[in-house]
Amino acid sequence: MNQEELNNKLAEIKDKLTKIELKSDTRIYLYCEGENSYAVNKFLFEDVPLRFVIATGIDSDDCFEVIYHYSYDQTGCVISLKAFIRDRENPAIESIAPFLPAAEWIEREIHDILGIDFKNHPNMRRLILADDWPDGVYPMRKEVKK
Amino acid sequence: MKETVKKPILAVGPFHPLQEEMEFFQLTIDGEIVTDIDVRLSYNHRGIEKISESLQFDQIPFLVSRICGICSASHPTAYVNAVEELAGIKPPERALYVRTIINELERIHSHLLWVGLAGHFIGYDTVFMWAWKYREPVLDLLEEITGNRNNYGNVKVGGCREDVPNELVPKILKELDEIEKKTEMLTKAVLDDPVLHARLKGVGILSKEAAIKYAVTGPTARGSGVDIDVRRDDPYAAYGDLDWNVITQTEGDVFAKAVVRLLETFESIKMVRQALKKLPDGPVAVEVKEIPPGEAVGHAEAPRGETFHYVRSDGGNRPIRHKVRAPSYVNVPSFKASCLGQRIADVTITLAAVDPCYSCTERLAVIDQHNKVIHDGESLLRLSREKTAQMRKELGVPGLKMEDL
Repeated sequence: MNQEELNNKLAEIKDKLTKIELKSDTRIYLYCEGENSYAVNKFLFEDVPLRFVIATGIDSDDCFEVIYHYSYDQTGCVISLKAFIRDRENPAIESIAPFLPAAEWIEREIHDILGIDFKNHPNMRRLILADDWPDGVYPMRKEVKK
Repeated sequence: MKETVKKPILAVGPFHPLQEEMEFFQLTIDGEIVTDIDVRLSYNHRGIEKISESLQFDQIPFLVSRICGICSASHPTAYVNAVEELAGIKPPERALYVRTIINELERIHSHLLWVGLAGHFIGYDTVFMWAWKYREPVLDLLEEITGNRNNYGNVKVGGCREDVPNELVPKILKELDEIEKKTEMLTKAVLDDPVLHARLKGVGILSKEAAIKYAVTGPTARGSGVDIDVRRDDPYAAYGDLDWNVITQTEGDVFAKAVVRLLETFESIKMVRQALKKLPDGPVAVEVKEIPPGEAVGHAEAPRGETFHYVRSDGGNRPIRHKVRAPSYVNVPSFKASCLGQRIADVTITLAAVDPCYSCTERLAVIDQHNKVIHDGESLLRLSREKTAQMRKELGVPGLKMEDL
């Protein structure tokens, strides 16, 4: 696939997205709501198919964001899918680890640092926090002092 | 009735002073065969991403170069790729070439370090001594250019901190000739050795399918036939101007990964030579004023694979989020695919083959159901080396001696 065909392929899933943003020829940002993230991720990994790079969890002011970064190495394009989690009290999103083992660790990490629950994750134990770290304190949340 | 007999666990880790990250592997074993693997990490979590939010954009390259002493060129490179994209900064041509030179010298010494350690694990201490000896001049060159053998901190937003002085170019070229000759000798000694073929082929296979599912990068992916390399796929620094090849192997075993690394060293030597010959004149940095609000990603090919940075700015002088993914983060979990069904004697080298932080293997301990240590690091290393010696005997090959090289 060249870049244009990739863009067309990505457009196939646009009814599950809220926005497609082309920041440059090889940097694409897709936006979706948390409940659609599983379907979009599955499409990106299995149908396009893209290489999973990593996910970033961010505490934005009014919501949480999980950004899934993918790479399409034939054209050097990096595709970032932003999933918004609006519920700040009980943030949760569907885990993509069941079909994408590469995401298992990073979902555990985001759970540790932001307290986002990844539903149906095969092994939701702590990854980076120490065993004696208090429950319910999430170091990358805004309310935690630097 | 529930299974009452506890399966023996092989505990690998967690602490070692040489590692850049602490890891703890628990291998469930059935006799000699590994049947399951569990990993615990982050014993040495330094909170780099959190610290980064409290530093200014121009201070962060020094922070991220300390993520790993060996990858201290590739992390800042990935970071500045992101920030320069975010702010639309165009570093001068010469800076791009200097970045390429530093990154490739880093790859040469990192790959030689791996070859040495891999040799040590399977009982080839001559390979260990020689590879590390050949690595020294590379570190000296880096010291001459940047002031440091490791933690060069040479890449900064808008360019480079230190230039490669023109008068140093002939010396680097001369050293490269020497390093190439020595690496060639070492490569021949390794690739033509029947014992190493017998010892490393078919061991710790990571299939192409598993490589894709675990999203591994770098030599770990290329050894399994996944043809990816950020330097070619999304060229940064001066890689787009250079003529070189991406090395791939299809077998996915330890031998394939060793071949990829050894042959890549020659490509790196080739690249440094070209970059030195093409080195344009001019400054090595531009002035950077403000970083506008926005977000960007940057990646770079570290010796172990793709290093990925994501930076978000709100227009202030510090990032509001800076995500770092080092290649080992995706390469390490692939043990789950490559170690299962392996013998204990092969685990040391299989773990070492993805070039994580091998040193953890020296803290191995096999514990039986009564929590008694039946093997420790030393005895596992001995097991691995005895297997090589046994094969050498069976094949009727004398041991590799210093004078053979």
